[in-house]
Amino acid sequence: MASVEDRRRITIRLTILQYLITVVFSVLAVSFWVLQVVQHAKFEEMAENNHQRTLALRAPRGLVLDRDGKVLVENRQSYSISIVREHTKDLNRTIRLLAAVLGIDEAGVRTIVDRHRREPSYRPITIVQDATLAQVSAVRARRLDFELPDVVVEQVPTRRYPETIGAHLFGYVGEVNDAQVAGGEGGLKSGDIVGQSGIEKVYNAMLMGQDGAKRVVVNSVGREIRTLEEEQPTEGKRLQLTVDIDVQKAIEDGFDSLGFNGAAVVLDPNNGDVLGFTSRPAYDPNAFAAGIDRVTWASLTSDEDRPLNDRAIQGRYSPGSTFKMAVATAALQEGVITPDFKVHCVGSATFYGRPFKCWKKGGHGTMDLRHAIEQSCNVYFYTIGNMTGIDKIHKWATLLGLGEKSGIDLPNEVQGLVPSPEWKQQYRKEKWYAGETVSVSIGQGSVSVTPVSMAVYAATLANGGTRVTPHLLKAVDDGSGWKPVPPPAPRSREPIDPVKLQAIRDGLWMVVNQAGTGHNALIKGPDGKPIHDVSGKTGTAQVISNQGKERAGKTDKDLRDNGWFVFFAPRDNPQIAGVVFLEHGVHGSNAALVAHHVLDTFFAKKDGRPLPPRPELKANLVP
Amino acid sequence: MFERRLYYHIDWALLLAILALCGLGVAMIYSTTSDPTRAVSRMYITQLYAICLGLVAMVVMLTFDYRTFTDKSHLIYIGLLALLLYVMFFGMVQMGARRWIPLKVFNLQPSEFAKVGVALVLAKFFGENRGSPSWTDLAIGGALTMLPFFLIVKEPDLGTAVTLLPVFLAIAYLAGMKMRILGILALCGILAAPIAWRFALKDYQKSRISTFLDPSQDAKGAGYQQIQARITVGSGGTSGKGFTKGTQGQLRFLPVAHNDFIFSVLAEEQGFAGVLVALGLYLFVILRALEAARLAKDRLGSYLVLGVLASFTFQVIYNITMSAGLAPVKGLTLPLMSYGGSSMIATLAGFGLILNVRMRRFTN
Repeated sequence: MASVEDRRRITIRLTILQYLITVVFSVLAVSFWVLQVVQHAKFEEMAENNHQRTLALRAPRGLVLDRDGKVLVENRQSYSISIVREHTKDLNRTIRLLAAVLGIDEAGVRTIVDRHRREPSYRPITIVQDATLAQVSAVRARRLDFELPDVVVEQVPTRRYPETIGAHLFGYVGEVNDAQVAGGEGGLKSGDIVGQSGIEKVYNAMLMGQDGAKRVVVNSVGREIRTLEEEQPTEGKRLQLTVDIDVQKAIEDGFDSLGFNGAAVVLDPNNGDVLGFTSRPAYDPNAFAAGIDRVTWASLTSDEDRPLNDRAIQGRYSPGSTFKMAVATAALQEGVITPDFKVHCVGSATFYGRPFKCWKKGGHGTMDLRHAIEQSCNVYFYTIGNMTGIDKIHKWATLLGLGEKSGIDLPNEVQGLVPSPEWKQQYRKEKWYAGETVSVSIGQGSVSVTPVSMAVYAATLANGGTRVTPHLLKAVDDGSGWKPVPPPAPRSREPIDPVKLQAIRDGLWMVVNQAGTGHNALIKGPDGKPIHDVSGKTGTAQVISNQGKERAGKTDKDLRDNGWFVFFAPRDNPQIAGVVFLEHGVHGSNAALVAHHVLDTFFAKKDGRPLPPRPELKANLVP
Repeated sequence: MFERRLYYHIDWALLLAILALCGLGVAMIYSTTSDPTRAVSRMYITQLYAICLGLVAMVVMLTFDYRTFTDKSHLIYIGLLALLLYVMFFGMVQMGARRWIPLKVFNLQPSEFAKVGVALVLAKFFGENRGSPSWTDLAIGGALTMLPFFLIVKEPDLGTAVTLLPVFLAIAYLAGMKMRILGILALCGILAAPIAWRFALKDYQKSRISTFLDPSQDAKGAGYQQIQARITVGSGGTSGKGFTKGTQGQLRFLPVAHNDFIFSVLAEEQGFAGVLVALGLYLFVILRALEAARLAKDRLGSYLVLGVLASFTFQVIYNITMSAGLAPVKGLTLPLMSYGGSSMIATLAGFGLILNVRMRRFTN
């Protein structure tokens, strides 16, 4: 019967289906078991990574204050706009849209992204640092519409240098480079902002804070839903510098007014506190704070004037006549002469069969040490230098701080040179000629010094033989109050006989207050009388010999002489000492113009007088 | 009409299992659509309404003898074709497809009802013949299936259209189609695959299949959903993250979590334990319905039950496999659990027919 057959077939075929479906469901159950139980740990981690992000909360760097607590370097909030590729579906679309929203060049954005393409996709690629508010709000509006879910706006504390002073002193910050990360100093990680120069670099470990972190839950388009935990960043330590902002500004104003390149270092001669420090030309450290753009960087590095070079500690220059005090100190201390020792100058003198000229054609006539310093008589110093000998000159110049590193707490200081027979034998493989001593006696020949070592030299003459170590750090505040930092020990202490020292000081006082070339540095009280016994010495050093100058003829190169002025004041109880160096400044008396404004400011502040206004200085350009 | 004694023959266990699955679905819809950062979603309420309407449809299906429906199946079939044609020209467009007829309460999706309609007309057609179906019978049955199939494919909605094929195959199989023919059909399918790949499939369909084979080749695009589905399921673990505590579904890493991927969310929040419960319920429903097919008093009844059950089973198995990231992503919902009014009403109406067949196994 067909019906029975049908029923049997239906029963069999339904039973087959029953088993089939049971098997399929068993396979499904096993599959879920494998995924959910066997491989659970793996997928759980993937799910965590899916929805949790750790965002860095950047720690602000410590503030930098001047010796009176005025802010020198601070922070401001800036916004950076970055792409996080983790959830990007179409990177090209994101780049195109972001460039359009920000109003920037699409190719530029692409270049930045390409440069970081190999980094892990969760690490943000910063497209714009220090974005404008318009850019930030444009991006935020789009983010709300889920149009740019893979773009994040981060608030980043950024260094701010309120007044563009002391560029080389403060230095600048920048993203840590690979070598620094590899060097592993203080656990630096990629993306950190570290000091790259100046005190930002030297005291980076103190200034850098501890970054915080925020763990957040994000949804599939990267929007933050809620915060799981938050670790607040710790601000870096605050540093108080020895620098006096008014002195610093006075130096900068002086240079601005004169328009020369050069350097200046001003110290407290009693302990080595750096009151002011500059190198010109300078740069704007703010340009580095939020990442320097390529154009600015290229212009800084290709500039022939080398603005990134810190002339105060890295420039080596012939000291010219400013070296004469070292020769005088050697001659006096070694008992070769007394302050009353006299020499007759007729405009030139012959040593070892060679004529040596004085700068004054007719000669200075007969003069003692004081007047020789006042008049800067070359013949006098040829004579006593030759009598003293190169070894003793070298010894005393070194004791006064020349030809040595000052030990200032700034990076990459170079050493000057005060020559000696040993040096010449070692480096030039030549014997020392007695005639060279004569040249050295007026600061020529192989003598070369850095401006900072000249400041130490001035300070040592001012304090009577203690070679102080210039330093910038005065106190540190790690959040629990200011702790003073003791000044570093002097590099050497070799007291100079007060009577002999007084002769030199008198000479220097005469340079400024009598018939000398330092008259520009004289400061006057409200009654028009000279005050505070400013003492100093100019120096004018050729950058090329007279014959060379003639040979060169007309050239674009600046061949004008360099000008020096080393100074301290007051003569008998100095509170300030320093040096102003003008590159191609024509004459040392021009450097004294800057020194005048610095001294005027320093003493006005000390005496409680109103600070002098920004000066309008006029250099004398006649050689 | 409805006699009192029939009431005792209703398969209450099956009905209970179906309602349990509906309840599980509502809970999961509530969980995935309750986002504290957004306005409260009313989706689970809508789903509750759909279940009520579905139960009404089920009662209607129970009230009349199933033979009344099969007798009128040609009219129902023509009516369905008319609706599908209407959709084709006047339907509402959403997400690039023209699938819906907008009604006041919700949007009607005729293709969901096509499954029941095709089951009715095929049950009637094959039920009238005795013995193994001939080639002609298979051709006519195939044509009856392919007509709505192509109309639905054109919407386009390949996923729903494909669910019509199991209806035809299952009824033909039960009607005694030679296993050899089944083999030949399978062979044809395999041979046709490369041709379909080249000419019939759209690019997005191709990419779904190729990324299924290697999801990582396009982890941000088509492979994304598949990877996320696996993460969702795998991170659920043994006991799950807890109701509304799932991160994958809640934070929208998984798209249309309340719809296509509702089972993934269940797996995430209720863990392997919840999966076993749900799988068990589905298996129970299917086996219990097969039992109804076996008990049916005539061929017609058996064919009807299996026809209705075929698309249901196919969809359940495919969707659950896809939910675990083990099958290419296709817009196929999970019957009884996924959000969707038409699907719910059509499915419950279909189960009305299955209960009907079992209930009336002793009547004449």
